[in-house]
Amino acid sequence: MLELRGLQVQYGSIMAVRDLSLNVNEGELVALIGANGAGKTTTLATIAGVLKPKKGSIVFRGHSIAGLPPEAIVRKGIAMVPEDREVFPTLTIEQNLRLGGYIRRNRAEYRRDVDEMCTLFPILGERLAQAAGTLSGGEQQQLALARALMSHPKMLMLDEPSLGLAPALVDQVFKLVTSLHRQGMTILLVEQNVHQTLDIVDRAYVLSIGRVEAAGTPADLRHQVNLQSVYLGEGPEGALGQLS
Amino acid sequence: MSPASETVTFIVDWLSLGSLYALMALGLVIVYGILRLVNFAYGELIMVSGYTLYLLGGGPLPWLVMAAVAVAAAVLSSYLTERVAFRPVREKSLTAMLITSFAVSTLLQNAALLFVSPRARVVPLPDLFSDSIAIGGTLVPVRDLLAIVVSLAMLALFSFVLRKTILGIALRAAADKFTMTRMLGVPANLIISTAFAISGLLAGIVSLFWLGRTASVTPGIGLEPLIVSFVATVLGGMQSLIGAVVGGYALGLMTVAINTLLPQDLVDYRQAFTFGLVIVILLVRPEGLIRAK
Repeated sequence: MLELRGLQVQYGSIMAVRDLSLNVNEGELVALIGANGAGKTTTLATIAGVLKPKKGSIVFRGHSIAGLPPEAIVRKGIAMVPEDREVFPTLTIEQNLRLGGYIRRNRAEYRRDVDEMCTLFPILGERLAQAAGTLSGGEQQQLALARALMSHPKMLMLDEPSLGLAPALVDQVFKLVTSLHRQGMTILLVEQNVHQTLDIVDRAYVLSIGRVEAAGTPADLRHQVNLQSVYLGEGPEGALGQLS
Repeated sequence: MSPASETVTFIVDWLSLGSLYALMALGLVIVYGILRLVNFAYGELIMVSGYTLYLLGGGPLPWLVMAAVAVAAAVLSSYLTERVAFRPVREKSLTAMLITSFAVSTLLQNAALLFVSPRARVVPLPDLFSDSIAIGGTLVPVRDLLAIVVSLAMLALFSFVLRKTILGIALRAAADKFTMTRMLGVPANLIISTAFAISGLLAGIVSLFWLGRTASVTPGIGLEPLIVSFVATVLGGMQSLIGAVVGGYALGLMTVAINTLLPQDLVDYRQAFTFGLVIVILLVRPEGLIRAK
């Protein structure tokens, strides 16, 4: 469904992604893991059209999407839940959802979609007219997710959805991701919670300074990591360091 | 004048001036909110509108039609400056856009100097603008009352659009998180064009009353409204639309109060007093009167 080949992305003066190839198949839940600065967020931002690749190709459902602006990418069927959620705090929850469904201009469908989100996330349904800024971190994460789903994406990208949440809420987010995956949603997930992530994903890519360091099923990775822990354990922040 | 009469005059002066300042500031901040650009060519929109009125003056059109054409000319100029001047440099840097805005401002002023005249030109105004009516025994200029009513109607309309229409909601979202708004499918160009068109509309409406004070237009007429809008937005807090409105009314209040209270031989220095007061306020509240959320 999504295929990246030889991707190179410059972020400021840093070559954040050096030579990255990966693919996500339809219905798969795939994670990108790795230390801070490994290029995970840059990769997602490039797929989303926020950053332009210097080299390499991005093909989504048979069409090249590299270099398209963000407003075009979401129309191709890729929705993004960015790091820090990025809900619009001064807008109401309903207005946030309305913007999420911006590319769908059918009123009747819009009402049905909002109802569906309210069923999926009851807390949002209770507070539709409230400013999004009044929600807690966990609730804002739900809103960001609901907002992304409003566009009826074919693939969802989640950038550290559990960041900054209390442990109980982290579990909730992982359950939510799992249940979306079970319903057939294709998901590309960036996470720091390596253990919990490997418990739910089909496959994962381990990124290190802009390259794929290791890839495979969770079982493969757990195995490889033990073998290669010598050069993969890059300090306390290193994701693979936490794996062993 | 009796105290009651002075009060009525003061309030009408304040609200009429404050309303115009508020609309002008709003027009400046709507673009700033999205592009972080202080559009220094903003004042020239008032000039464009003024010369449109001048060119139409003496013709067969009723004044309201001329006014509508003048406002449309301001909207169109604002839209076109974005398409022609700002869009090509938008990806480069904010500084490039800022310099471009100076260039556009100078270009438009020089066009007026070259093709019209450096000297003031008379703009047509309706008779209503020179009438006065009595409120509780105090004579009040109709022009001032119209300025208040029209401004409040514009603010109400603007507020409705920003709350209820998808484009308005997208504008507010874009002013807060532009990239995120684009990731939801809202085209950047649509948002920016809309912001410039609204900016032009507000400048156009204000121009009718601004020009009404002297009934004439000069190539340099845009400077004072630009400074006033800029000061009002800084005073109110650059980050919010409400801040621009509050800043506009606050600056209007300070201007009128200083005009009223200043002894006769100091009146020539009233702007120094007004801006001095603005500096004092900003020293106490550097973020402006309204804090950004």
